[in-house]
Amino acid sequence: MLNNFVIPDFYPVAPEIFLLAMSFIILFADLLFSATQRWVASTLTTITLLGCAALTVATADGQTTLTLSSLFVDDLLADFLKLMTYLSVVMVLLYGRQYLVERGLDKGEFYLLVLYATLGMMVMISAANLLTLYLGLELMSLALYALVAIDRDSARATEAAMKYFVLGALASGLLLYGMSMIYGATGNLDIADISQVLYQGQADKTVLVFGLVFIVAGIAFKLGVVPFHMWIPDVYHGAPTVVTMLIGSAPKFAAFAMALRLLVYALFPLVAEWQQMLLIMAVLSIALGNLAAVAQKNIKRMLAYSAISHMGFMLLGLTSGVIGHEIDPFTAINAYSSALYYTVAYVLMSLGSFAMVLLLSRTGHEAEQLDDFKGLNQRSPWFAAMMLIFMLSMAGIPFFIGFFAKFSVLTAAITAGHITIAVVAVMFSLVGAFYYLRIIKLMYFDAPVETASLTATPTFRILLSLNGIAVAAFGLFPDAIMTICTAVLLHSL
Amino acid sequence: MNANFLSLAIWVPILGAIPVLLLGSERRFLVRWVALAVALAGFAVTLPLYTGFDTTQAGMQFVEKLRWVPRFNLEYLLGVDGISMPFILLNSFITILVVLAGWDVIEKKQAQYMGAFLIMSGLMNGIFSALDGILFYVFFEASLIPMYLIIGVWGGPNRVYAAIKFFLYTLLGSLLMLVALIWLFLTSGGSANILDWHQLQLGMTPQILIFIAFLVSFAVKVPMWPVHTWLPDAHVEAPTGGSVVLAAIALKLGAYGFIRFSLPIAPDASHYFAPLMIALSLTAVIYIGFVALVQTDMKKLVAYSSIAHMGFVTLGFFIFNPLGIEGSLVQMISHGFISAAMFLCIGVMYDRMHSRQIADYGGVVNTMPKFAAFFMLFSMANVGLPATSGFVGEFMVILGAVKFNFWVGMAAAVTLILGAAYTLWMYKRVVFGAITNPHVADLSDIGLREFLILALLAACVLAMGLYPYPFTEVMHASVDNLLKHVAASKL
Repeated sequence: MLNNFVIPDFYPVAPEIFLLAMSFIILFADLLFSATQRWVASTLTTITLLGCAALTVATADGQTTLTLSSLFVDDLLADFLKLMTYLSVVMVLLYGRQYLVERGLDKGEFYLLVLYATLGMMVMISAANLLTLYLGLELMSLALYALVAIDRDSARATEAAMKYFVLGALASGLLLYGMSMIYGATGNLDIADISQVLYQGQADKTVLVFGLVFIVAGIAFKLGVVPFHMWIPDVYHGAPTVVTMLIGSAPKFAAFAMALRLLVYALFPLVAEWQQMLLIMAVLSIALGNLAAVAQKNIKRMLAYSAISHMGFMLLGLTSGVIGHEIDPFTAINAYSSALYYTVAYVLMSLGSFAMVLLLSRTGHEAEQLDDFKGLNQRSPWFAAMMLIFMLSMAGIPFFIGFFAKFSVLTAAITAGHITIAVVAVMFSLVGAFYYLRIIKLMYFDAPVETASLTATPTFRILLSLNGIAVAAFGLFPDAIMTICTAVLLHSL
Repeated sequence: MNANFLSLAIWVPILGAIPVLLLGSERRFLVRWVALAVALAGFAVTLPLYTGFDTTQAGMQFVEKLRWVPRFNLEYLLGVDGISMPFILLNSFITILVVLAGWDVIEKKQAQYMGAFLIMSGLMNGIFSALDGILFYVFFEASLIPMYLIIGVWGGPNRVYAAIKFFLYTLLGSLLMLVALIWLFLTSGGSANILDWHQLQLGMTPQILIFIAFLVSFAVKVPMWPVHTWLPDAHVEAPTGGSVVLAAIALKLGAYGFIRFSLPIAPDASHYFAPLMIALSLTAVIYIGFVALVQTDMKKLVAYSSIAHMGFVTLGFFIFNPLGIEGSLVQMISHGFISAAMFLCIGVMYDRMHSRQIADYGGVVNTMPKFAAFFMLFSMANVGLPATSGFVGEFMVILGAVKFNFWVGMAAAVTLILGAAYTLWMYKRVVFGAITNPHVADLSDIGLREFLILALLAACVLAMGLYPYPFTEVMHASVDNLLKHVAASKL
């Protein structure tokens, strides 16, 4: 037996290994230091993520490397998505620090769970095998379920965690069932092999499509698109705002990777089938997300519904890769890179918007109601301007990054001939503009109810300002990120 | 010729707004003077556009080209022809007046007020000079933001409703236009250059669809009947400066869009839809004229009169002769001066009385004789009295319309009667008669600042009325070129 054993190449897995090792160190460090020295865990976590980033950059060679018996792949797409994941997790940690301290949530567990969730995302992003993918997904999800419930005494958070867990488990089950179908039809779990078998056309199409439906359902759940969106508003609302911010940011990259690995890498020959399914979900999400957001009074719920509509828009990009039966690599890459770009843009805006919610909350007061934004322009013109940028960007108004995200997705959709759908999508973003404008209205047109000055730390203020400026600057000069998105897909597909 | 005057026209006000905003509203003295300096600089950099303009050329001048988004082949492409250049000057000029008009009237957040107007001025210059379709859209949409804030923050009691209605109405149109722009961008093989789009050979169906998409967008902006309802709301609620910019510049964007996009890109569809457009325009002229007659609020009355005048503009476009189009363009610029002046006049009264109701006034001439004289001049110009700028444009359009079809010209001419009726009747009730309201008796006449603003506008109105040649001269070549495009069928 041992004769066949080859020591796998651990080099591409270095960031994951590093993160895992560091998580043990943090686990022990947390025991050694007293409650007054919590900053140790938080700092170590940030250092870990920065170390992962350094390792990811160091191991990025532009090649697609399979390792660990082709369970794990390291390509440019993975490197890019991982870097974005670290970035958003670090931002969440920096933003959330004060919030956690004030609410007594600044515990070692929090940081460990965040690290394990990140590890799960990394594994998902680098999955080259259905099992790896599932493993990563579960690792991420379990950590996130626990994070939602980390504020033990909050009944709402516990309820949200239960809901998330039950629905999440169901979705995982669906996904796993779908995977077993694919395995049954192709005899393979390896993503590359699956597509090989499919291209040869030997697999039973009925079983495949049957499995595909479940896989699409699983992906849709993780992305949070209609009709698998029910958990989003409750979880976003119930979870502590920092956790909401985390769920609303980094996992979107992982979910994007999952969609791409499963649908494009493995099941591309079934593109005609899954494009149809995704298209319906995309349109429904854009419609329902925007309509439901109008009725919300709680900003976290509003942002939750807005997340649904944004993911719908992102899906619109994913469904525009193939026109008819002609497979043109340029069209495909254009479309998928527009979806990737949309995800990046969305996460930037989403982080900023939730940071604004954090900015307005302080000990004993969660600034969750829309009315908390009343008169912000009187209290702090600068941060009102930041929120203005985030909201307008989400509404897709130029000069902000959200406009070019919408522009590239619409361009892809119209290239694929979905003109009617593009019109429907923009009409619903008109509905969307209403509730974003309402926030601006509250901030600028109304008198403040609350007059307490903002208590955020300098770090928080600087980060939030940078975040806002980035949303504006990448809206003025969108080319850099667009080109990166296209380039990584070009090298990885 | 190497200086980038168009870029300067766009970015001087926008970047100049940054120090104004940073100064904060506490330093009122400094804020005003810096804002005025920026506005003056913004106007100064547009002057070379006129002096250096080659009137014999039909093509684009002062062209600037930079790579902007190579990923989509979008360019930072600017240029003006005889059609767009006057608007840039008009816009930058009006901005100075707006800064002056808000001098000590605006109490709340003055730095933000001035900043918003300066930014908007730059964005509007961007709209008039963008030759890249997507760049145009970016400026077009972005200009909604400052206006939304201006109406919402400094507006009247019902400002929130008006601001949101303004924004959503306009966005509705522009989103459809975005789809059309992307479609054109893809159909032309990845070029967003508007001039390339003019050359695009399109079949009838795409032309019709594109025309409709642009129509929705521009008709809302103009505004044409029946999508005009946001305008009276916006005007009534907006602060004086907001109304001035809205009437003088923002409305022109829609009309400009017709000339820049609809007519040359979809000429066959334009001809196909011409009867409809003429009918809508005449409805605006006649029906809205009657609506204006019954208004009790001065600002609303002028808002409706704006719609009627813009109906003239769209009428002039769709009768497809040089007289009509040039007349429309002259009318647009003249209306820029006159409507600005009318709103400023109402602003002058509102600042003193805090009422816009016609019924609250009467006998103003007794206490404000200088003001009454100016108001008289602008009212006459609004009516279209010869020797004022209002006459030139209307006369040219009516001539063009008669050439096109006698009855259309006849119907359009009704505006002269209606315009006289509602404007002069309002003037009579406000300015003449006995003083019934004791507050009117306490009114003080206009001060130096107000005198300066109104005198500048009066000079423009008279100059353009007496000697319109400098204005029409720059347009000739470009209008001829446009008509050539529109006449050539693409089918």
